[in-house]
Amino acid sequence: MLTFAVRRLVLAVPTLLFISFVIFMLLQLAPGDPMAQVPLTVPPDVKEKMRQALGVGEPPLVQYWKWLVQVFWLEPKVFIDWLTRDSALLGWLPDTQLYQGELRVISWQTRSPVMDIVIQRIPQTLWVVGMAYVVGILIALPIGIYSAYRQYSVFDQSGTFITMIGFSIPPFFTGPLLIVIFSVQLGWFPSIYDTTHVVNDWESLKFQLQQMILPVMVLALQTTAQISRYMRASMLDNLNQDYVRTARAKGLSEGVVVAVHVLRNSMIPVITVIALNVPSIFGGAIITENVFKVNGIGQLLITALFANDLPMVMTLTFIFAVLIVIFNLIADILYGLLDPRIRYD
Amino acid sequence: MTEPVQATPTPIEALADKGPLEPPRSQWKDVWDQFRKHKGAMFGGGFLLFITLAVVVGPWIWQVDAQKLDIRNKDMRPIWNALWDSTAKVGWNRPFGTDQLGRDQLAQILQGGRTSMAVGWAAMILSLLSGTTVGVLAGFVKKADGILMRLTDLFLSLPILPLLLVAVTLFRQPLREAFGPEGGMFVLIVGIIAVTSWMPTARIVRGDILALKEREFIVAARAIGTTPFRIVQRHLLPNVLSPIMVSATLGLATAIITESALSFLGVGFPSDFPTWGKMLADAVQRMQQFPERVILPGIAISLTVLSVNYLGDGLRDALDPRIRGR
Repeated sequence: MLTFAVRRLVLAVPTLLFISFVIFMLLQLAPGDPMAQVPLTVPPDVKEKMRQALGVGEPPLVQYWKWLVQVFWLEPKVFIDWLTRDSALLGWLPDTQLYQGELRVISWQTRSPVMDIVIQRIPQTLWVVGMAYVVGILIALPIGIYSAYRQYSVFDQSGTFITMIGFSIPPFFTGPLLIVIFSVQLGWFPSIYDTTHVVNDWESLKFQLQQMILPVMVLALQTTAQISRYMRASMLDNLNQDYVRTARAKGLSEGVVVAVHVLRNSMIPVITVIALNVPSIFGGAIITENVFKVNGIGQLLITALFANDLPMVMTLTFIFAVLIVIFNLIADILYGLLDPRIRYD
Repeated sequence: MTEPVQATPTPIEALADKGPLEPPRSQWKDVWDQFRKHKGAMFGGGFLLFITLAVVVGPWIWQVDAQKLDIRNKDMRPIWNALWDSTAKVGWNRPFGTDQLGRDQLAQILQGGRTSMAVGWAAMILSLLSGTTVGVLAGFVKKADGILMRLTDLFLSLPILPLLLVAVTLFRQPLREAFGPEGGMFVLIVGIIAVTSWMPTARIVRGDILALKEREFIVAARAIGTTPFRIVQRHLLPNVLSPIMVSATLGLATAIITESALSFLGVGFPSDFPTWGKMLADAVQRMQQFPERVILPGIAISLTVLSVNYLGDGLRDALDPRIRGR
């Protein structure tokens, strides 16, 4: 198991390098010039210096190498410095001062380091998307279990129908639909997610929950639909197995049979699906973030794309790729850990 | 029946055939019978047929130009608003109303559906072809297996939606110049969706081919000297048809949703060219006054995808011989 994990980890490095190379070379084809907005009165040699400061003007391979160094060498240094200087967890350590003011990955929009902006945006995305994922799973599991246990009952039929609908309605339709119903007609929840809102008392916590409900509902509908379908199928596979009959024959109560014997075995594939879907939730949240004006990572990517901010696009896409590779790895390892029948070596 | 007829019926007689035996049933008849039992799939198939016919034939029957601006008749409501609001601006010549530029909504829905369905079908067929090719090659040719599967893994770990957005913004200009504004966008979107969605098909096909390859009938075919190409064409492909068909329905659904999502985010077809996603996106700003403009294209997308998904569900049941008997 350990050798498998190590091998997969080692294999992930060239994969990620290749992906980053492909994305980088793709972005090199992009039209548009970061210096297009600079006034014509600026002398050419100054312009050339500005170009150098932004990291363009060198051959693409050199630029790629510099980007690699910046992301894999300088950014960790900055991060460690931040950890030892400002964070509460490791702030007691002496300040490491690894970062000596080298050029980091600079956004062409704001002329500030890309990573700083990403770090600013991550909490919003995690709050909304992460909460939606948790809520979706919490709703999906009982639905899947019960509809498999009572297969073809009214609950199962309607549950299957509703998950099918959740599967089919795209978030860019449910989002506006929910806004029309709940914030325009009923006026219960705000339609725009206010990210400057600070939670410091019960009143503001209530507002925070209210503004989170709509985006969380939209995202959770998708998660629920997917996970409960998997849960139901997996439960159905296990419910007809011989060991279930044995458990019943031993005289175990129905609750123990379903909740302990069947559920534990059915959870194995479902957990891997849950792990595999985490990165796609980040990607899919781009649309939901756009609908509800949540300024998270997805919205950052869209604005960066429209503003031709290539370093930002590059770094964000790479972060998404890293997430996918990592969660694939986690899913594989979890599968091996949970199911002793699986042997990787 | 050669036995003499007896006066009292015997159990043996009850077992005898009443008439001539039914002709042997073909596999596809069995599949059809099972498929017919799945109500959702029948409904889905029917609706898909209906909407395909509507968007193909519809623009010839409802001959209103979807792109014609009629600013005097702008912001008309759908005809059914007259039921509860007698002062609403409605008219039978514009049954679904008009948008803020006076374009006829019914014509736009039909025209937009044409685009969405065309993109969906083209992207699905393209990704199926490439996925099946990769899968068959990887499963059948041992040397190609390793590299093709690594390639599939690599594509699976690409972030799809961000890459789609990147690619659309990057290649929009050159392709527009080559194929015209609409044609270029069509080629681009179909191509990108196909490139980023062939992997599941390839994996499924490869797995099935690997299992089938060791079966006796393939060994027999090899023994009588069938060429590898002929084995693939005559023996392997028909046997992997059912997973391919199921993933075709899934592919169609995702292709339609992806196209609408791109249009919704504003990187799809040019702004005067209606698609369902673009109609929805344009209407979102005015959805308080005119909710129907969001709901109509939204329902069109959702119902189409829902029917395709149900169709896939039914196909999966019908094509699985283990379920079919029950």
